[in-house]
Amino acid sequence: MQRRSFLFGLFSLIILMPINALAAIWNKTAFETNKLNEATKNLDIHDEIISPDIQITAPDRAENGAIVQVEIKSNIADTESIVILVEKNPTPLIAHFKFSNGAEPFVITRIKMAETSDIKVVVKSGNQYFTNSKNVVVLENGCG
Amino acid sequence: MTDNMKMRAQLKGDFVEVKVLMSHPMETGRKKDDFGQLIPAHFVQLVTATLNGKPVLEAQWGTGISKNPYLTFRLKGAKIGDMVAVTWQDNVGAIATQDIVVTQA
Repeated sequence: MQRRSFLFGLFSLIILMPINALAAIWNKTAFETNKLNEATKNLDIHDEIISPDIQITAPDRAENGAIVQVEIKSNIADTESIVILVEKNPTPLIAHFKFSNGAEPFVITRIKMAETSDIKVVVKSGNQYFTNSKNVVVLENGCG
Repeated sequence: MTDNMKMRAQLKGDFVEVKVLMSHPMETGRKKDDFGQLIPAHFVQLVTATLNGKPVLEAQWGTGISKNPYLTFRLKGAKIGDMVAVTWQDNVGAIATQDIVVTQA
């Protein structure tokens, strides 16, 4: 093998490795679909029970859909993960958080909302799924 | 790169609150530039956090997280002097890691 091609091979291996490792974790189908029920299906979410034990704190009206701050707290015992979906976004799945080793089922983040929509949150606990939602009126489109 | 993540980890009662602000364009791939050309998707896909090397949080993200992503999470059982590390990876293969020591709020 020529040294040049060997070095090039080594270089591309280094570049590609993290992408491949990432591809194994990242749920491409769920994140790229434009249908909410396709996204939840690909995350194995089923038979969600509506629960007020999921607290969603978000503004009732957002001036700018590009930045909508959302706080989510689950009071459901043994919460393993929290999924955030925005029903009317071009790709509804926003984020999927998994907690371990003492991390509390709590997140604050900022999301984009294309138009007035429900923010749907799904919590996984054991083999059960729980859900709650919060409507946010968006005055200015944020997906551009 | 040290300027692409700002972090704070503070003990607040019985939990440590970690706040992270990342510097990233979070392009959806649907926006056009001034010449009508689509700007390629460029977004953080995976964020992982560890406490003293042990995994505590894994976040998979789509394009719906706002530009310059902001994240707060809370850790039970963490104490002053513990080390919290956060790593993000984006869809073009860029990676950034930063750690911070827990302090009193």
